[in-house]
Amino acid sequence: MASTPNAAMPAGLAWSPRALLRRLRGADEIAHLITLIAAAILLLITALLVYQLWIHSAEARHRFGWNFFVTRTWDPVAGEFGALPFIYGTLVTSAVALLLAVPLGVGGAIFLAELAPPKLSSSLTFVSDLLAAVPSVIYGLLGVFLLVPLMRTTVQPALKKTLGFLPLFQGPAYGIGFLTAGIVLAVMIVPFVLSVSREVLLAVPRDQREAALALGATKWESTWLVVVPAGRIGIFGSVFLALARALGETMAVTMVVGNNPKIAASLFSPGYSIAAVLANEFSEATGNLYLSALIELALVLFLLTFVLNGLARLLILITTARGSGVLPT
Amino acid sequence: MMNAAFPLMGNSGAAAASSAKVAVRDQSVSAPSTTSLRMKVKQVNFYYGKNHALHNVSLDVATNRVTALIGPSGCGKSTLLRTLNRMHETLRHTRLEGEITLDSVNILTLDVTKLRRMVGMVFQKPNPFPKSIFENVAYGLRINGHAGRLDDAVEKSLRRASLWDEVKDQLHKSAYALSGGQQQRLCIARALAVDPEVLLLDEPCSALDPVNTAKIEELLFELKATCTLVIVTHNMQQAARVSDSTAFMLNGELIEFSPTAQLFTTPADPRTEAYITGRFG
Repeated sequence: MASTPNAAMPAGLAWSPRALLRRLRGADEIAHLITLIAAAILLLITALLVYQLWIHSAEARHRFGWNFFVTRTWDPVAGEFGALPFIYGTLVTSAVALLLAVPLGVGGAIFLAELAPPKLSSSLTFVSDLLAAVPSVIYGLLGVFLLVPLMRTTVQPALKKTLGFLPLFQGPAYGIGFLTAGIVLAVMIVPFVLSVSREVLLAVPRDQREAALALGATKWESTWLVVVPAGRIGIFGSVFLALARALGETMAVTMVVGNNPKIAASLFSPGYSIAAVLANEFSEATGNLYLSALIELALVLFLLTFVLNGLARLLILITTARGSGVLPT
Repeated sequence: MMNAAFPLMGNSGAAAASSAKVAVRDQSVSAPSTTSLRMKVKQVNFYYGKNHALHNVSLDVATNRVTALIGPSGCGKSTLLRTLNRMHETLRHTRLEGEITLDSVNILTLDVTKLRRMVGMVFQKPNPFPKSIFENVAYGLRINGHAGRLDDAVEKSLRRASLWDEVKDQLHKSAYALSGGQQQRLCIARALAVDPEVLLLDEPCSALDPVNTAKIEELLFELKATCTLVIVTHNMQQAARVSDSTAFMLNGELIEFSPTAQLFTTPADPRTEAYITGRFG
């Protein structure tokens, strides 16, 4: 008796697509191999990326060395290239974005997961997920046509009047600049923080809430002192996902940041970010040194993302190890 | 001490019961109605949406006694327990009719957080917070604005839960480092920290091994002096060992409520007899 169809099949047919599929279904080894290849390709792409950036930035690396990171001039005509204004701009806009987006996202997530009626929660979550899928150029347009005039005429003068004693809120109100770019970024990353944090909070076991309530906790005490701390690792995760997006965001930032390689304490000042300068200048880079400097900037952005993610993981490890432990799920 | 082989039926069983339970019996009073009452459940009907889960249940919870609720799965014993500190309100679409009083005050008129401080609860699965042992016990004290030294209060609660000697050198370790039985005693200590008058226990030993179960039962016996206990259990031997009065429930109705020795030896209702002799459930 021919027990299985592929055993009965002539050897020549073994590589027809259907036969291959059948073998895949039965054979652990093949499945193992194929999934391993899929995973290995990811690693390969990453390695290739770093290799290419490293090779093509050789000229700039040899010419400027470590000075690349501390030089404030970016003068393609004179052949002087320094990354500092771009690193500064990237970090400042991302920091502003996180500062605005984290309270908003986590607050919204707490409301949707704990306090809102289920129907409202699921429809609002749908809207938030929709926002996460909007292309960044649209956020950029929103920034240019709505936010920039608003910042110039209303928000920046008001900030100057009330908080003008801080160096952060001084200087002329252009509308464009670090603050505006940070706000646009914040709008873009709020849905990430909100969606992931909400899922995390919903995953906190029901018995944790009940334990707190049974001790006479109010709904808010149970949420803030038990549910949120229990989910804090996942919430950190959502924040770093958002940070990664903010660091690399190109289009929307380019449209509102001002595109001026300047380092200024004031958030009203126009600036530049690594992603924005790459997008703007790559096509018109003349000369090998110019191109090479741009590629080194790309390498810096890659490493920046890498380092910040590493720090994030370290932070999670430290807070987890510090006695409180994790939920066993 | 605990008598693990408590015979349920027959004359010899009754004799064994009275000797085994003599320590309990001599301080208990024959019928709950003549002792002072801490909680009283009057004609309670309870609904999950359209599902009628409790039918006209009335029950008296005597002060400083252990009241056990037994019955097959889905009979409403946990539901009844959770109405006693209004934990049912955390679920949507539930409705409670009738009256439940705590020291003659209708619990529906009390502030719910205040009620739950007076009527604490321990759950089926140990559910410590992902915090240190100390912080677990201190949580209830903190949210209730405890005046005085937290250290002393935490130590006292851990001692009452017979856990102090095992954890006194590792108070700042994660609660998850403890064994299941220790975690459950930690949850009892956490509940005791706010000094409840009544402690509700929802199958507190169902996730524990026999050794830890025995420890918890012993603990309940000690707690009775300072606290009124209501325990839901699947385990009839456990009800027989730890309780003074037992209520048998079936399909949302309270079939029989008597002193424990009486319910297990001379049940009045044939359905009680059928259940305790193992003919169903």
